[in-house]
Amino acid sequence: MKDGKSGNGGSGTDGYAVRAEGLEKRYGEKFALDGFDLIVREGTVHGLLGPNGAGKTTAVRILSTLLRLDGGRATVAGLDVARHPREVRSRIGLTGQYAAVDEVLTGRQNLEMFGRLFHLGGRAAKLRATELLDRFDLSDAADMGVGKYSGGMRRRLDLAASMILAPAVLFLDEPTTGLDPRSRGEVWEAVRALVAGGTTVLLTTQYLEEADRLASRITVIDQGRAIADDTPDGLKNTVGGDRIEVVVAERADIPHAVKVVARVAHGEPESDETELRVHASVTDRVSALTEVARTLQDEGVRVEDIGLRRPSLDDVFLRLTGHRTEKPGKPEKSGKPEKSGDSAASEEFSTSEKGAAA
Amino acid sequence: MTAVDLSAPGTPSAPSPRGRTYWLLADCWNIVRRGLTHYRRQPINIAWQLGFPILSVLLYGYVFGSAMQVPGGGDYRDFLMPGMFTMTMAFGFINTATLVVHDSTKGVIDRFRSMPMAASAVVAGRGVTDLLVACAELAIMMLTALAMGWRPDAGLGFLAAFGLLLWLRFALIWIGVWLGLLVPNPEAAGGLFAVAYPLTMISSIFVAPQLMPDWLGWIAAWNPISSTAAATRELFGTPVAGGDTWIEQNALPMAVVWPVLLTLVFLPLAVRRFQKLSR
Repeated sequence: MKDGKSGNGGSGTDGYAVRAEGLEKRYGEKFALDGFDLIVREGTVHGLLGPNGAGKTTAVRILSTLLRLDGGRATVAGLDVARHPREVRSRIGLTGQYAAVDEVLTGRQNLEMFGRLFHLGGRAAKLRATELLDRFDLSDAADMGVGKYSGGMRRRLDLAASMILAPAVLFLDEPTTGLDPRSRGEVWEAVRALVAGGTTVLLTTQYLEEADRLASRITVIDQGRAIADDTPDGLKNTVGGDRIEVVVAERADIPHAVKVVARVAHGEPESDETELRVHASVTDRVSALTEVARTLQDEGVRVEDIGLRRPSLDDVFLRLTGHRTEKPGKPEKSGKPEKSGDSAASEEFSTSEKGAAA
Repeated sequence: MTAVDLSAPGTPSAPSPRGRTYWLLADCWNIVRRGLTHYRRQPINIAWQLGFPILSVLLYGYVFGSAMQVPGGGDYRDFLMPGMFTMTMAFGFINTATLVVHDSTKGVIDRFRSMPMAASAVVAGRGVTDLLVACAELAIMMLTALAMGWRPDAGLGFLAAFGLLLWLRFALIWIGVWLGLLVPNPEAAGGLFAVAYPLTMISSIFVAPQLMPDWLGWIAAWNPISSTAAATRELFGTPVAGGDTWIEQNALPMAVVWPVLLTLVFLPLAVRRFQKLSR
């Protein structure tokens, strides 16, 4: 996915909202970014996926002009971030890990203030605030202090604040970290609506499900480098196709099940003695499933469960990085020592499509 | 959610027809508005901020007041009031630091920095807000003092004293901003009080330095806030307790010079710390 070294700084985006080549960021000896490349097409949601400390936040902070880069170059909306930071700032929105809104002010006061700071002028700022409050379903809470907002409402207000200028590129840095599933759904809904309105979104997340649901393309980052760049399906295919999974009732039946599965499998079946599970990748999913089910039944093997499973992005991750995504909570080096704040380090790991049974 | 056109009103990215200075001032004013709205929405905060000095006035004035003496004679409460005003200004840097650390940890400063506004307005706006609040604090404290029988000279001297107090507060803004960007979290900013308290005690605010042990009196006399306290006492026409050391004899010029020195040291430090956010 390397693109040439065409263009330099001027405007004109060639259909790319973000283009980064060989980004470097050092902290002492350690490279937070070590030759990071990224290309994001206009009008898409692009996922930036990686474990804690992989460099996601650093990359976003550089692209949104909050951090200076030590090497490489990057353009956002056709403008060089190092040379034209101010111009870039008027074309981007940023929603950080921590809701960057004022907790004391009301939702309306927040949006009006940001509007004025975007130089809309007092009256236009007011109008825009009302419009956005309505748009993000916050009209009822408009005159309430943000401190009393729920996590989801706060995140939506944060999104609204990023949308004051209808940015060409919106950076969403872990927008749903620490949110409950319902609030997460609300944020996803809002993001989809923004993209429908023509905004390009660069989404960083640790939630594989989130990237899978929202992004049309995903870059996987590990140790400061892009290690893969593909569509979600493309990434899943790199792990291999579907897998058939059989759970038997008796441990003694495992060898038998392995033999049956091996007939349809693509490669050697694997078995798990403690979970009484046999699994293998298959090419022709439906006929494999029916054949294994019938054969096992004919041969009198008691089966607890049988099904097909698509590889999740979690599997992709494991394959690419050699480790699973970690739980959120460990601070990522981001130009500033992580200060406490509200990092609700919680959240289970949502993987997608586990056990999509036939 | 209703479908509303998300395109912005006006053409925001067009080069602004007004100059940079205009926008710097406009941005600064918007940050000030935000700061003042905070106080309006949380009046309890300013009550807290004033509570301590007013309490101190009452405690030192009435409880210890009878046992305290002023070298050269004069009423201790008259002597105390300008010291109290000075102390309130001195403690102000903790407020600045606390507000700055809140904004930087909550990501508000990052949001400002990601916007096409003047970055310096973030800090300048903080400073102007704090000076306005300092004016209000001084006014309320002076009314309390008047109610307790404090009778300063009216006129130019009074205004000059008021100005010197704000001048000290101005210098301390930069210490506050610097510390606010330095400490890791709001809790740590609260701990600054433990540092500030002895620093204000070892001064001429409560007790004249010549009544202290020699070495301590020397430190107290050279404490920058002592000069402000002594100078304002002179200007208010209240008992001065002027010692005979050079620093005490030159309280008035030094009340101007100390804040200049503090600003020269801490303004660049604060600016550097702010710029370091992008490193």
